[in-house]
Amino acid sequence: MAEVLVVVEHAGGSVKKVTLEMLTLARQLGSPAAVVLGGPGAAAALTDTLGEYGAATVHVAEHADLDGYLVAPKAAVLAELVRQVGPMAVLLGSTQEGKEIAGRLAVKLDNGLLTDVTELDADGTATQAVFAGSVTVRSRVTRGLPLVTVRPNSLTPSASPVQPKVSPVEVAVDESAKLARVVERVAEAKGARPELTEAAIVVSGGRGVGSADNFAVVEELADVLGGAVGASRAAVDSGFYPHQFQVGQTGKTVSPQLYIALGISGAIQHRAGMQTSKVIVAVNKDPEAPIFDLADFGVVGDLHKVAPQAIEEIRKRK
Amino acid sequence: MNIVVLVKQVPDSGAERSLRDDDNTVDRESATNVINEMDEYAIEEALRIQEAHGGEVTVVSMGPQRAAESIRKALSMGPDKAVHVVDDALAGSDALVTSKVLAAAVRTVNPDLILCGAESTDGRVQVMAQMLAERLGIAALTGARKLTVDGSSLTIERQTEEGYEVVTASAPAVVSVWDTINEPRYPSFKGIMAAKKKPVTTLSLADLGIAADEVGLAGSYSAVLEHARRPPRQGGTKVTDEGDGGVKLVEFLASEKFV
Repeated sequence: MAEVLVVVEHAGGSVKKVTLEMLTLARQLGSPAAVVLGGPGAAAALTDTLGEYGAATVHVAEHADLDGYLVAPKAAVLAELVRQVGPMAVLLGSTQEGKEIAGRLAVKLDNGLLTDVTELDADGTATQAVFAGSVTVRSRVTRGLPLVTVRPNSLTPSASPVQPKVSPVEVAVDESAKLARVVERVAEAKGARPELTEAAIVVSGGRGVGSADNFAVVEELADVLGGAVGASRAAVDSGFYPHQFQVGQTGKTVSPQLYIALGISGAIQHRAGMQTSKVIVAVNKDPEAPIFDLADFGVVGDLHKVAPQAIEEIRKRK
Repeated sequence: MNIVVLVKQVPDSGAERSLRDDDNTVDRESATNVINEMDEYAIEEALRIQEAHGGEVTVVSMGPQRAAESIRKALSMGPDKAVHVVDDALAGSDALVTSKVLAAAVRTVNPDLILCGAESTDGRVQVMAQMLAERLGIAALTGARKLTVDGSSLTIERQTEEGYEVVTASAPAVVSVWDTINEPRYPSFKGIMAAKKKPVTTLSLADLGIAADEVGLAGSYSAVLEHARRPPRQGGTKVTDEGDGGVKLVEFLASEKFV
């Protein structure tokens, strides 16, 4: 059976959830083969998890050049691997890095590309949500193999343990791929919260939260639920919360099991980033706020009263 | 430093958008069309670099005839001139084809720096900077929240999931920007008047040496087979807080097995 290449997203020595989703998807299409692209020693900590989710092969490309530059070296190595292996499909995460590698790979291979895919059939037909999730399209690559980026939280990963064959990939990166050099990586404290786009539960705050200090209540509700924290553009623009947590048209798109909107009116710009969430809950003072049109459960009231009470009630039930 | 800013006209993301029923392409006729918001940040950044370092700023846009309005709007912010790639055969081009055409158009200007928005609000594909850089054989610095120009050295700061990175390259390079990079200026009345007289070069596919069958729906590398509007979400239960709103909220969460 032909290989389905899954480009592994990893950070801090662990495999990101979207990779487990892609391996689960790859198993339905062919023989899943993970591709680790990273600095020396990057794969060792990842292989067991990749095998647990069914990666029959782990192609390991390790070289300082893969870590020291933006995506061009990764795309170059991957293009060479695709030429050698002749996979039936290539899957990457629909993340900034996944999309950027895919963009370069598509040009190198002169191959079509589909991004933000939520489903992929065995015949290569993909499902994508466009226009802020208001339209669903069915599409396919018409030139080359299915090269797709898969949107995080599109499916539930399931384990299917195998003992993976580790296959080293020779890395020789041309100078022409080493033009964008990473001179510094600064880690910012993230705490224990899950990553926004991967989280099963997201609690977001909007202008109604009122201040940066008041965002503590949004964080607390997220923490008792084990969720991630998001923010509307209005909240970010007001300086209440950092931009990387912005959900919406010019921020992140999330599709969690549960989305709780606190003090968010639900402008189209915000809905663009969250309306494919499974269950939506909203708290807002304004009974006419458009967020209620999409909320499965809405509370008309002051979030500063409702949220603390909800936090207390959840703690009581634990 | 001569700068190209890529500008895309898109259907207003604040209004209802749709795909055409006949060929599944973006319906641009019945939409209100505007400059892609993120591109305004790229224009602003170009103008700030020009103010500090001199050089010329050229807007490059590929789009139908009506994109000329957005090009004038872009020029009214301050760029010196524009190149508009317009050809009926381009309709329905995917990202790969678009990058091919834009690469050819950019070559006619031969800039030191190409600035663009990190994504467009219609496609949200987020690959154009990398595709263009790959085609032009130059560096791509993507997702900048800060850009520093020092001679021919370009350095950006970009947000990542783990924190942020500082990345550097030598010109020529493509730099894509997020909306955190600056605050775009509004066109002044003087700017609007001046824009009417600024040169806009129109280029066809023939001018760029690209054959019509390499572009558009037929020349694209992917195809949309069908589309359907998702049924709008229905609002569910709405309660008014009478001192027990938090408890009711948790009761709902429990009924959905979240707590």
